[in-house]
Amino acid sequence: MGFRGFIVLVVLMGTGGSPTAAVSLKDESAHPNFVTREQKDPTVEEGRGDVMATGELNPSHFPARRAAKVVQHYLNTRYGSPYRLFGLEDVHSATAEDVADTGRRYHLQISAHEIISNRTQKCSADVFFPRGEPTQPPEVKASCEELLQNTTAQEEALYQRYKEGHSLLSAQYIPDSQGHIEPDVMPFWHLSIVASSFIMLHESTENTLYNMAQVAQITQLETERKELKFDSHMLLHDMVSQEILHWKLLFTWSPAEGIKVQQMQQIPKPNH
Amino acid sequence: MMRLLMFAALLVTVHCKELFKGHQVLQIIPKNDAQLAFLKDLEDVLEFELDFWKGVTAVSCPVHVRAPFQFLQLLKRILKRKDISYVPMIDDLQAVLDEEQKEIELFARSLKPKNTDSFNYSRYHKLSEIYSFQDMLVAENPNLVSKIVIGQSYEARPLSVLKFSTGGTNRRAIWIDTGIHAREWITQASGIWFAKKIVTDYGRDPILTDILNGMDILLEIVTNPDGYEYTHTTNRLWRKSRKPNPRSNCIGVDLNRNWDSGFGGKVFSLFNPCSETYHGPRAHSESEVKSIVDFVKTHGNIKAFISIHAYSQLLMYPYGHTRNPAKDQTELVQNLAQRAVKDLASLYGTRYRYGSIISTIYQASGGSIDWAYDQGIKYSYTFELRDTGRYGFLLPSSQIIPTSEETWLALEAIMDRTLKDPF
Repeated sequence: MGFRGFIVLVVLMGTGGSPTAAVSLKDESAHPNFVTREQKDPTVEEGRGDVMATGELNPSHFPARRAAKVVQHYLNTRYGSPYRLFGLEDVHSATAEDVADTGRRYHLQISAHEIISNRTQKCSADVFFPRGEPTQPPEVKASCEELLQNTTAQEEALYQRYKEGHSLLSAQYIPDSQGHIEPDVMPFWHLSIVASSFIMLHESTENTLYNMAQVAQITQLETERKELKFDSHMLLHDMVSQEILHWKLLFTWSPAEGIKVQQMQQIPKPNH
Repeated sequence: MMRLLMFAALLVTVHCKELFKGHQVLQIIPKNDAQLAFLKDLEDVLEFELDFWKGVTAVSCPVHVRAPFQFLQLLKRILKRKDISYVPMIDDLQAVLDEEQKEIELFARSLKPKNTDSFNYSRYHKLSEIYSFQDMLVAENPNLVSKIVIGQSYEARPLSVLKFSTGGTNRRAIWIDTGIHAREWITQASGIWFAKKIVTDYGRDPILTDILNGMDILLEIVTNPDGYEYTHTTNRLWRKSRKPNPRSNCIGVDLNRNWDSGFGGKVFSLFNPCSETYHGPRAHSESEVKSIVDFVKTHGNIKAFISIHAYSQLLMYPYGHTRNPAKDQTELVQNLAQRAVKDLASLYGTRYRYGSIISTIYQASGGSIDWAYDQGIKYSYTFELRDTGRYGFLLPSSQIIPTSEETWLALEAIMDRTLKDPF
């Protein structure tokens, strides 16, 4: 099976629309380990056959969940760093509507969990999946309640350490088979997930659900520029097809500039 | 310890052949410059095959040299004639190596658990270790546990089911399988933990004791042993079986698309052998699936069928291949799945969603619990264990025990209900 496509992007900023930053100073920090809320009755039918749901969606069914996952990827491309990483905590409500013949728009109320500071916040988001060939990436708008935790000091420290260039980072299989990650490598795992979120966001459709499976390899490259530069081989998992997708990703990072993807290319999975 | 490693290295290079029989290691101390010079010259004599472990440096500094058996007497005569004193440090090097080898083997054996109490439940294990665990568990609990081999995998590995029974003849039974998808390591690890939990709790925990006094539990821990082995040797993210497909380079069948329930349905079970969800040439074409089908049909008295997967934190009931609701859906939903996920969450706050497969995750044909349900096994469920994508298949081993503990509560709820429903 030949590889699907060859995308060379010189991307200066993350994809997606510009969110409106939260103004509220309310400190929600909901403890994620609260007792299960009653789930919406799963027997509520959404529609039959292959027709995708519109109108009010059951938030625990897959159409809302797939759209919400796209919001997670968007938040990571927009705000992610070695010390800031978002997960999807919950979907509270969702609606979907067809937009003429151009595509479908979802409106979602979700909770996002910032994993490193262990804080959860509510977000409101719109996800538009364009229709037609060739497939276009989704467009996302999101606004969340809380101001982001300050991670500048940690980012600077990490940046300085690897900018000095005494030893360039080189690592593979993160996490390892036992799910273990060396503490020194943790920030680069977070960085890899954030960088991969650019791919996952770009590739998402109503028929995919992406998560990062493993960093096969990440190597820091020498560079004259201020930013740290990385060459990497990422393994992504699509829950819907159950496939493992292999992507080469070349990206830079600095505390000031954030993550910038220079090149991303899907490569064929090894023959088996 | 260093010497142990050094000798181990030596052993590896000699491939266990007896190459050092009769070799001695001598300590020589040069008393003056003349002796020092002589010994330095000796270092360059290749014909004697002398091996200097500690080289010639200065007067009064010891020199250690290994001499092969055939040159030993000659060397000693030469040293004597030069009035150079020597002391044998090792009389027979091979004997020392043999002794070290024994020590190494003993040490290695000490790392293997001797019983299921010293087994490490917080680590993912190789296939051979899981097989040993099963045998140890049976040996330790002969009145409660037996092992039934229900078939063999494509690569001829045994497909083993642990039967937990307190007696009776062909009692109503609960079926649990883990590891049908090779890369979902948390499931096989949980299966191991469940097995130990059952033998530990029988006679202690009232719920489990009641269950086992009335029913049998059948647990297949490694439902896809070929795939599991492959995730250790070659590709950690392998999912399918390891059977080659004719006219294709791609190997393997998705064992959870191979069941006879809407088999080969259009949408997401692909006809392509290279696909991760390839369903195989026919329903039940795979021995790993056929052996369970035959076993369940022959048994005839299985009342609950639970297939365990990872990841997504879901508890699902049929169907996956059709939107038609299962006829017991309300009972399955309101009385049980809801209760089970609540029990699960009570331990660590882990949140699961529940629903039919087709609504909750995706349409999938040829799945195990659709088949089981249509056989009349009312309590057919599938779990997707931790997590929701952060680690995914590579769940840290530190989460094995918490995951198993919370999942067990949900399983108990299902088993308890099955016990009390005399259908």
